[in-house]
Amino acid sequence: MKPAPFEYHAPDTLADALDVLAQLGAEATPLAGGQSLAPLMNLRLARPLNIVDLNRIESLSSVRVEGDLLEVGALVRHSVMERSDDVYRAFPVGRVVAAFIGYPAIRHRGTVVGSIAHADPAAEWPCVALAFDAEITLARAGSTRTVPADGFFKTMLTTVREPDELITQVAFSTTFDSWGFHEFARRYGDFAVIAAAVAARVSDGIVTEARISLAGAGDRPMRLLGAEAVLTGRSLDGDSAVAVAQASVDLVEPLGDIHGSAGYRKDLVGVAVERAVVDAANRGG
Amino acid sequence: MKVNGKETTREVDPRRLLVDFLRHDLQLTGTHVGCEHGVCGACTVLFDGETVRSCIMFAVQADGHEVETVESLADGPDDLHPIQVAFWENHGLQCGFCTPGMLMATKELLEENPDPAEEEIRIALAGNICRCTGYVHIVSAVRAAAAGMAAERMS
Repeated sequence: MKPAPFEYHAPDTLADALDVLAQLGAEATPLAGGQSLAPLMNLRLARPLNIVDLNRIESLSSVRVEGDLLEVGALVRHSVMERSDDVYRAFPVGRVVAAFIGYPAIRHRGTVVGSIAHADPAAEWPCVALAFDAEITLARAGSTRTVPADGFFKTMLTTVREPDELITQVAFSTTFDSWGFHEFARRYGDFAVIAAAVAARVSDGIVTEARISLAGAGDRPMRLLGAEAVLTGRSLDGDSAVAVAQASVDLVEPLGDIHGSAGYRKDLVGVAVERAVVDAANRGG
Repeated sequence: MKVNGKETTREVDPRRLLVDFLRHDLQLTGTHVGCEHGVCGACTVLFDGETVRSCIMFAVQADGHEVETVESLADGPDDLHPIQVAFWENHGLQCGFCTPGMLMATKELLEENPDPAEEEIRIALAGNICRCTGYVHIVSAVRAAAAGMAAERMS
């Protein structure tokens, strides 16, 4: 099908974009990569009255290391995370995770921030944002606020963003000593059935802080605080991975759908977390 | 915007998809419309040199940019691109519906990786669906195209 008619706004600056959002509020929908929004419009599952195309706003294409953070602007494509050596040096998980998203043609267009804004519970970046203690910056005409990923995702496809706000960047912490990621998908490029991300601070071989998050295990990406507590104080190794995996399974009640039943997903949570912790152990720290 | 090297100016409705603009407004019907939601890859074109799905972009977004379609590969049937020759000779197409997307994705792959392994070819083309299921021949065609392009560079 074809999209329903809409008004098209293509501001050149962030200030102009925020003005449009201030005027139109819920009647406006920001467009970055459009790799989720345009399909929804073609299927008429979304019928925005106004599209605010961000692609002319050059300042949003910036990705840079600022102190302990990797700041990723709203127009940074998955392929930049995958290919940029500067990104890789500061945030190597970015390259690993980007390669799981769709196909080259999707990664050239789709954006990290768009994925976080869309908040598909099975998507990779929201899960990584939780594990890597990300901060999400929301701007509206005249003010900005920063929300930790922990408080950002409300439910399926729903975040704390207000209609007149634009997510201008996500900033991932680059300070973790070790990390791991594991994803199960039906086919290469599909959304995760279950994915797990682990980020840890390690001192003298002992985990002093751990963050573990899942995609595909519920109505939103989620952290597993109970499993993080199990990992904290242990060494990063196979025995810890098994203990953390068992704790993780007991913490989740996944939803079943066409891609995997609730029980299958629950099993996969254990395997994904175990392999993500082993991945982190292999990367050292 | 520039399409296949030619400056092009048109006024379009905002909801005009890039693929429909290419096919209906410019009569470049080589690019195919398959699933219309970014899954099948038949509509793949190069946008500023990188593959994109033209069914999930709006034509207005191409303002000021450069688009290359499958028509850019050859001037006519007597002057086929080595990738097209390889698909022809290796039975890399059956019904031909997915072919424009396969060719453009292959072009990007071989420009980045002139001698890809089978696994790399399969990953690069994973987003292009062939409902005739002719993948074995398509992979052979890409390998032959890599060899053909290497030979062309040598000569």
